[in-house]
Amino acid sequence: MDTKVSIAGVEFKNPVMTASGTFGSGMEYTDFVDIGRLGAIVTKGVANVPWEGNPTPRVTETPSGMLNAIGLQNPGVDVFIERDLEFLKAFDTPVIVNVCGKTTEDYLEVVERLADTNVAMLEINVSCPNVKEGAIAFGQKREALYAITKEIKSKAKQPVIMKLSPNVTDITEMAKAAEAAGADAISLINTITGMKIDIARRKFVLANKTGGLSGPAIRPVAVRMVYQCANAVSIPIIGMGGIATAEDALEFIMAGATAVSVGAANFFDPYATIKVVDGIEDYLKKTGTETVRELIGCVK
Amino acid sequence: MNELKFRKKETAQVVSQKEISEGIFDLRVKAEGAKACCPGQFAGIFPPSDARLLLRPISICECDKEKEEIRFVYRIAGEGTRLISVLKEGDEVEILSVLGNGFPVETAKGKKVALMGGGIGIPPMLYTARMLKEISAETVSFMGYRNADTFLLSEFESYGKVLPATEDGSVGVKGNVMDALRESGFIPDIIMACGPMPMLRAIKKYAEENNITAYISLEERMACGVGACLGCVAKTTHKDDHSHVNNTRICTEGPVFDAKEVEI
Repeated sequence: MDTKVSIAGVEFKNPVMTASGTFGSGMEYTDFVDIGRLGAIVTKGVANVPWEGNPTPRVTETPSGMLNAIGLQNPGVDVFIERDLEFLKAFDTPVIVNVCGKTTEDYLEVVERLADTNVAMLEINVSCPNVKEGAIAFGQKREALYAITKEIKSKAKQPVIMKLSPNVTDITEMAKAAEAAGADAISLINTITGMKIDIARRKFVLANKTGGLSGPAIRPVAVRMVYQCANAVSIPIIGMGGIATAEDALEFIMAGATAVSVGAANFFDPYATIKVVDGIEDYLKKTGTETVRELIGCVK
Repeated sequence: MNELKFRKKETAQVVSQKEISEGIFDLRVKAEGAKACCPGQFAGIFPPSDARLLLRPISICECDKEKEEIRFVYRIAGEGTRLISVLKEGDEVEILSVLGNGFPVETAKGKKVALMGGGIGIPPMLYTARMLKEISAETVSFMGYRNADTFLLSEFESYGKVLPATEDGSVGVKGNVMDALRESGFIPDIIMACGPMPMLRAIKKYAEENNITAYISLEERMACGVGACLGCVAKTTHKDDHSHVNNTRICTEGPVFDAKEVEI
C-alpha cells in the first residue's frame, strides 16, 4: 500500500495536509498529533511585518460550520523564520508556508526572505476574504491573479501554489490564469464569504460584519470546484473545504485533488488529521487499491 | 499553577445534571481531565450535535481529583448550551480539557484576597475559594446577583466570609460587587474576579487607583481552545509573545490575566 504523492517535485508521505490558519505552525497541536505523520504542514499566513488582525468577535458558529474574520493576525516573517521554522525542523514533514500581503511588494518580500530556508513550497494567499487591502483583491480578477503569480514565480526559489477563492463567478478562469502565469499548483477552496446577524442585539455577530464560511457545510461546493478545476488545468490541485474524515478526503481526491487539507475540523476534533491519514490507509487496504495516486481524478 | 499538564479530547460520562436556577445548570462529569484542573481554568464542552460543531468554553466550577469529576455551572446562552443542558446521568459528552491558565492562587499565601464574582462569572470562584482556604489566605467573597436567586452562594460560606450584592437589594448590599467591597471596608492585597465586562472594568480601575493586583478572567467567542485559530484575542498593553502585536490569545495566555496587562 502506497500513500505517497508528489507535487512539483516535492514528495509527501501521504496526501494529508493542514489547511492554513487552522493549525498555527503545528506547535498548538503537538499534544494531539504526531506532526511527523502528516503529509505536510501548511502554516498560518505570514506577512512581511506583524499584523494585528481584526477586532473581536472574530469567530462564530453556523450550521455544520463556522464563520471567521481573524484578519490574518501573524508575527511577521522574521519571527516566523526564527521560531516557527526552527520548531518545524524537528519533523520529517515538508513545510508549506502560506504567504499573505497587502501589496505585491509585501508578498515578494516574504517570498525572498523564505528563499534560503527549509521551506518546501509556498502557498500564496490571494483569497482571504477578511482583510481590506491585498489578499483577495489579487484573487478575484483574472488579470490581477496572473500578474501577481508571474511576479512571485520570477522571485520564488520554491514551487508556488496559488490558493484560490471560491468567491468568483467562474473558478476555472482563475485556475487557468494561475497556470498560464506559471503556478506549480493551485489549492482550493478558501472560505466562502458569509454573514450572521444577531437579531436580539440587531447587530452583526462578527466585528468585521462578514467572515469566511468553513467546515462541513461548504464541502459539496468545494468538491464541485475541485472537479471543475481538475478538468480545466493540468497542474496539481490541493483540495480543501470541510474535510473532517477520510471519506471526505477521498471525495476530493477522486474529484481530482492530488492532496487534501484538513481545516476547521482541527478545531472540533484535534485528532482529525491523523484520523484522515489512518482512514485513507484503511480504505486502500479494504478496497485492494495499491496506490492513492490511482484514485486521483478517478471519477470522470 | 498547572501542576500537571493534561490536554485531551475525551468522552466523559455525565454523573448528574440539574437546573439550580432559572436557565443555570449544574453539570458533573467523570473525566480524566479532572486530575489536572486548577481554579480559573476551563474546558470545552461539545454539544451533542452534528450541526453544532464548536466547543463551548465553560469554566471549571469545582473538581474532585479522587473521583475524577469535573463540575460545571453554566447558563444556557444558545442552542449549543441548551443541547448540553438536556444531558442526563449516564450520557456521554465530548470534552476538551484542561484549557487555559487559572488564578495564581499560590501568590495569595499570607495575603488578603477579595474574590469577586458576578452572575455567570461566579462558578469558577468557588473552586478558587476552596484552594485559597487550603493555603489559609484571608479571603472575603463578594458575589453579585441580579436578585434573591443566589445560586452557589451558600457553598461559598464554607470557605470564609461572604458578602453578597444584589441589583434589587433583596439580599446583601444593594448594588454590585464593587459597592459591596467599598461598603465592607475590606482592603485586599489581591483581587481575583470573573464576571461581566463592566464589572471587570470597574475592578481594573479600582485596582489601578489603589495599587492592588487584580487577576481577571476574560471570555470571548473561540473556535479551537488551544491557541491555533486566533479567534479569542484580548487587547494587551504590551506586545504579545505569540504574534508580536497588542493582541493575546484568551484561550492559551488567559483566560485569567493581570488586569494591568489587558485593555478592556
